[in-house]
Amino acid sequence: MSKKKSFTLGELPGAKIWTLAFFIYLYAPMVVLVVYSFNENRRVMNWTGFSLDWYAKAFANDNIQRAAWNSLMIALVATVCAVTIATLAALILGRRNNFRGKDTSTGLISLPLVVPEIATAVATLCFFAVVGIQLGLISVIIAHTVFCIPFAFLPIRARLEGMDDTLEQASRDLYANDWQTFRYVTLPLLMPGIFAGAMLSFIISIDDFIITLMVAGAGSTTLPLYIYGMIRRGITPEVNVISTVMLAISIVFITAYWLLTRRQSVTTH
Amino acid sequence: MSATAIAANNLVKIFGSGPNAVTALDNVSLTISDNEFFTLLGPSGCGKTTLLRLIAGFEQPTEGDIEIFGSAVAGLPPYERPVNTVFQHYALFPHMNIAENVGFGLKMLGREQREIDEAVTTSLSLVKMEEFATRTPAQLSGGQQQRIALARALAPRPKVLLLDEPLSALDLKLRQAMRTELKTLQRDTGITFVFVTHDQEEALTMSDRIAVMSAGLIQQIGTARDIYERPDNRFVADFIGDSNFISATIDVIDSDVAHCVIGNGLTIPTQLVGDHRVGDTVTLAIRPEKIGLSGGGDWIIKESIYLGTDTSYRIASGTQEMTVREQNARTGTARFNVGDAVSLDVAAQTTTMLRD
Ligand SMILES: Nc1ncnc2c1ncn2[C@@H]1O[C@H](COP(=O)(O)OP(=O)(O)OP(=O)(O)O)[C@@H](O)[C@H]1O
Ligand SMILES: [Mg+2]
Repeated sequence: MSKKKSFTLGELPGAKIWTLAFFIYLYAPMVVLVVYSFNENRRVMNWTGFSLDWYAKAFANDNIQRAAWNSLMIALVATVCAVTIATLAALILGRRNNFRGKDTSTGLISLPLVVPEIATAVATLCFFAVVGIQLGLISVIIAHTVFCIPFAFLPIRARLEGMDDTLEQASRDLYANDWQTFRYVTLPLLMPGIFAGAMLSFIISIDDFIITLMVAGAGSTTLPLYIYGMIRRGITPEVNVISTVMLAISIVFITAYWLLTRRQSVTTH
Repeated sequence: MSATAIAANNLVKIFGSGPNAVTALDNVSLTISDNEFFTLLGPSGCGKTTLLRLIAGFEQPTEGDIEIFGSAVAGLPPYERPVNTVFQHYALFPHMNIAENVGFGLKMLGREQREIDEAVTTSLSLVKMEEFATRTPAQLSGGQQQRIALARALAPRPKVLLLDEPLSALDLKLRQAMRTELKTLQRDTGITFVFVTHDQEEALTMSDRIAVMSAGLIQQIGTARDIYERPDNRFVADFIGDSNFISATIDVIDSDVAHCVIGNGLTIPTQLVGDHRVGDTVTLAIRPEKIGLSGGGDWIIKESIYLGTDTSYRIASGTQEMTVREQNARTGTARFNVGDAVSLDVAAQTTTMLRD
């Protein structure tokens, strides 16, 4: 609060350089990863020329196909389940009055976001052992659904909070019963939030490693697990190819998420 | 006397409980006739919206009950009541176009598409918005949205239309135009209107009857004329228009007219209210425009304010002060100047003795 000139962090000498260095540090490895996925040579770091051969090889690889299919299945099913549960939770927490423990419940839903993943992973594994669920595709889907719920919940909840409930009152006033009000008013208005939650769930699920590693059984290897296995056998550009494809998918989904949540909240006027 | 559209009996609405309890309605009873333009008028927080929401079914009364056309509606959700609401901020569905908004009620009632289309056209023409059917609410101005909200509430032909300050978001000119339009619409459709406002001019110009509310209580129900000319109590006299409150002593009682003397000996004949006797002290409410001034006398002009159509004078005699309004009918200038001596003349039937 000095009278002469206020202190601004961005105006410190060298701030621009540091920022630039930071971004290079952050993104250079990814650029390298992507560039070398087009390498012709079998040894990754030995650039000999541009080629799409490794893409062709990777896409033709049975194991990769199976892992990709698993990842996709798991992500899709887990996303649908997580979004459904998160939507119901958001509606109950956001539209029910006189609901005891509202704040506690909201907190509990978001808590897994900050719990160390390894703790969740071990806990989930123990839980499956106790309940007697076989490790396999089903166990992975259950685990993914659980950790996707808070990610789906946040944008849905945010959307609902920005939504004026007089629209729902207007609907009830115009002879729509509770189901019709949900179907024709609440759900369509909530859709951007639901989509955003789905995008987020999907990418969180598709690149999860730790929990998946713990609860995956035979035949439920996902892409991240497969890549990890490949790396231990030595890196080929095939690894770069899969990673690049996953990166591309993530960017598409994150962009969609960003576009959906950037829009203004719904008001009645 | 036409049929009763709405009867509210001893309605009490308390929000919250314990030390945070708010009594929004405190034993409110009223009946609204079929085809009536009925207005709830009162200051902010007096419970107007609460009463409307109880009728619409968004809230349930703590005590008392409501009948709509003779049948009790306790416990019925809003979608089972033959009333529709025009919300203050319109509450148009942003994801539907205008035609879909207006047809929503009939669609929910399960009507055929052809019938819905016809009703949408009729309703849109009622509010002169036919050519906007395919737009979305975001593409309309506030005044246009307001008309659509009206059309949407009218389309299912409810028996009662509830309007919560529907004009408050419009600018003055539009608001004045809409007053006439609403009134015409009500007369043409024959639908009972229950209209909420805190704007007294709006209430006076449109209503068949007005209920003046304050602090969860109904202070007076009557026609615009009743309420303006014969306010029951100080709150009504003060809230509707301006009043001089003068304390006076009853000098002579002549059947139902009391001759009341105010501080400086001026006698004002007033309709007797309650069982007062000679010698009692009462409060008179005198409208500033009901007082005539003539030159010379024991009142002095203290202040003169030019108001366009009127001039407002503050006059005093001893400790007694009053405001008098006079039309600038033919002259552009005030008849009196500050410091002039004047005398008053108050006609018999123009003052009100207050009950409190
Ligand atoms: N849902 C609620 N919970 C708690 N108190 C409420 C609730 N709704 C209204 N109240 C209280 O009840 C009283 C009456 O409110 P109401 O909305 O009916 O006033 P109003 O006459 O419509 O006022 P305005 O002209 O400002 O709209 C207020 O004191 C308000 O704070
Ligand atoms: Mg209100």
